[in-house]
Amino acid sequence: MKEDYKMDTREKNIENLKDYKYGFTTDIENIKAPKGLNENVIKFISNIKKEPKWMLDFRLKAFERFKLLKEPDWQKPKYPKIDYQDLYYYSAPKSMKDKPKSLDELDPKLLETYNKLGIPLQEQARLNGIAVDAVFDSVSVATTFKGELTKHGIIFCSMSEAIQKHPDLVKKYLGTVIPTTDHFFATLNSAVFTDGSFVYIPEGVKCPMELSTYFRINASETGQFERTLIIADKGSYVSYLEGCTAPMRDENQLHAANVELIALDDAEIKYSTVQNWYPGDENGKGGIYNFVTKRGLCKGKNSKISWTQVETGSAITWKYPSCILKGDNSIGEFYSIAITNNHQKADTGTKMIHLGKNTKSKIISKGISAGFSDMTYRGLVDINSKAKNSSNYTQCDSLLMGNKCGAHTVPYIKNKNFDSNVAHEATTSKISEEQLHYCQQRGLNPEEAVGLIVNGFCKEVLQQLPMEFAVEAQKLVGISLEGSVG
Amino acid sequence: MKEQLKIDFNKIQEVSNFSNRDIEIKKSYLNKFIENGFPNRKQENWKFLDINQIISNNISDLSFYNDYSIENKIDPSIFIDDLEHNKIIFINGRVEKIDFTYEDKKQIEIIEDSYTIDKSENNNSLIDLNIALSNKHFKILIKKDYSLKKPLIIYHLSNEKMKSKNINLRLDFELEQNSSLKLIDFFSDNSEKNFMNIFYNFNLDRDAILKNYKIDKSLNKNLKYSFNNIDQKQNSISETFVFSAGSDYFKNEINCNLEGEYSSAFINGIFSLDDNKQHEIRTTINHLVENTKSYQLIKSVLGKNTKSAYQGRIYVDSKAQKTDGYQLSKAILLDETSEFNAKPELEIYADDVKCSHGSASGSLDDNSIFYLMSRGLNYKQAKGLLINGFLLDVIEKITDAEIKDLLKKMIGLKK
Repeated sequence: MKEDYKMDTREKNIENLKDYKYGFTTDIENIKAPKGLNENVIKFISNIKKEPKWMLDFRLKAFERFKLLKEPDWQKPKYPKIDYQDLYYYSAPKSMKDKPKSLDELDPKLLETYNKLGIPLQEQARLNGIAVDAVFDSVSVATTFKGELTKHGIIFCSMSEAIQKHPDLVKKYLGTVIPTTDHFFATLNSAVFTDGSFVYIPEGVKCPMELSTYFRINASETGQFERTLIIADKGSYVSYLEGCTAPMRDENQLHAANVELIALDDAEIKYSTVQNWYPGDENGKGGIYNFVTKRGLCKGKNSKISWTQVETGSAITWKYPSCILKGDNSIGEFYSIAITNNHQKADTGTKMIHLGKNTKSKIISKGISAGFSDMTYRGLVDINSKAKNSSNYTQCDSLLMGNKCGAHTVPYIKNKNFDSNVAHEATTSKISEEQLHYCQQRGLNPEEAVGLIVNGFCKEVLQQLPMEFAVEAQKLVGISLEGSVG
Repeated sequence: MKEQLKIDFNKIQEVSNFSNRDIEIKKSYLNKFIENGFPNRKQENWKFLDINQIISNNISDLSFYNDYSIENKIDPSIFIDDLEHNKIIFINGRVEKIDFTYEDKKQIEIIEDSYTIDKSENNNSLIDLNIALSNKHFKILIKKDYSLKKPLIIYHLSNEKMKSKNINLRLDFELEQNSSLKLIDFFSDNSEKNFMNIFYNFNLDRDAILKNYKIDKSLNKNLKYSFNNIDQKQNSISETFVFSAGSDYFKNEINCNLEGEYSSAFINGIFSLDDNKQHEIRTTINHLVENTKSYQLIKSVLGKNTKSAYQGRIYVDSKAQKTDGYQLSKAILLDETSEFNAKPELEIYADDVKCSHGSASGSLDDNSIFYLMSRGLNYKQAKGLLINGFLLDVIEKITDAEIKDLLKKMIGLKK
């Protein structure tokens, strides 16, 4: 990453534009479940992962429910019908069948992939002090920094490992925020999820380092269904980062993950995402359908959950990271930058559900659309009649570049409590000629000028990201908008 | 309900003399309505207040047939006397009087029974019901360059003879080039548990000005729905003001199509609700060409067991560069049982636009109350003063001085 900066950034960026940086595939033999979705496939997944019976029951229960559900169609970005029987629901690198004990045992090809992605696991482990869990296609391949974390009693491992080693915790919390009876994609995930990350921070522990997961879809015609569960026990703190990439493929790929966060009394969870799935080519061919369910529960008093997301990739992004503010005095935050270019589409936002007294929430959303893209902010602020003295502040700003794209704002505001305050603001505008002129006068070319202005527009959100991610995100913002000026 | 509808529909056709063609059209709309029924909360536009449920909770045995052969007595005491005005009087949905005393008769044409077609093609089953069952309807045409000297007040009255009925009213207005109309809708009811469905269609030619004020102040237990469709040509201006307070349920929908350059639409509204009332305003402003403007301001004061909803949608077509769109909704919740819902929506496809919206809701400011009480007002006075100030903001947006004064008096902001 540091090297990149030495290069002429602009040249580098254009190179990136021509070629989605993460568009390579890795030639690794995979084990796949038979194509299609049925009870046998679910049993196959459960079996290959050597899951206990209760886990299989959980999946089957979800599948029973799934059969009754209809695919939702109220969203703005429409997509061609997905044939759920024409997907592989499990794909794992063959060499992973017997899990490696340490990084040294990893398939060198896999390591190479992660190096290409800019997450050299070993190096990162040493230099940055960030613990990384990497999920390749559907299986978690490596978790670094285990020793340091164990010392604090922190559990950070793949979901499959957690099911084996910490069944009590998983059983207690899995599905409590996103139940098996939830909406279409969440239920599908409950039935077929393959892996993901599991984090447990014990009482009173401040996690000494950032935890991070990298997701990658490699095989074709696979759906990625990972499930993440983070539990912050009383008085603990954790900051969690998530990054995603996928190779360039002509067909669309489905990514339907579930992320559940649970914060108990006085705990705080900070969840940051930089999503850079393959967005399809400039004609809108290929790309990832990113239909993710993310939901956090502030279960205890004085708890806090904060979502930060930078969404630059995916053909279609459709997600609403939400907070259920159940504990008194709990706080929910949502910071988002969503950028769509070419034929990308995004329908994203958040839900803040205030149930406890004195709960507070803040939403800052910045949407930028260029090319032929379409961007929607859709949000819900619901203040329950029992949520005395609660408050919400929402700001959503959109920036449009060109008249072939669209920017939409659809906030729902429900205030059932007279002690509570809700404020909402939204603006839509374009980059003014004066601003551009000013920057160009000072020697920036138009693209650099736009990059600078956009970064300024997004600053409020970028500030919320942890340092290492902020740099990457800032770069992504620039790259995503290449070619949109003129 | 279906059987009742069909019986009532046939009864209406028997007593009225529609052409065969009209009957066919009406029949097709009736079938459309029977298929869809009253709208319910599954439909996005009815998410907050479910009319289907409200009707079934409030009115049992809704009947759709009204006998329009008997004349109703007009009680002149109801008339607004501080203001000289023209009148159209509806009693129980029957036109009792059309009176343009102050105007040049040559400049106004009243066309009866104009041809019924719903060109808006919306999926609104209440409009279908309206077209299917409305009696004869009038089209009022105001000729080129004529401005009405006095405002026109449409009285929507009802008496105790009416119960558990559905009334469907429709009026069309055509404002030719450079004409202007001030229109006040005044609601006063002596009946209860009826459902009134009102559909206005406005067509504004170039440079025309429409000002429409809807006043629902007197307390009653009726349910009302009103839909205004306003099509605007170049340079035309529409101003709509809604004072929504008296009925048990009232939903005002305003649909503005800004089809001509430099046309503008203003919508201002007040909800002043108490005791189990549920009101809603839903607006759609379609900016279809360049240089159009819209402005909306909605304020609510909500008492015990009340619910208000504001759904505002600004649509900006990709052709509509230089659009200026603004929406603001504010609410004061006075009781722990009051509820405010908002969905201010922007849908924008052009880049050189200025659009924004804001929404805020909360309780009365304690510091302001304290300030006023420390200056000798009691709690009730202080509260009243703050609420009046809050609402006055909207009234001040009314551009017609005479009508502004009238409204202030009605609401009690001025003696």
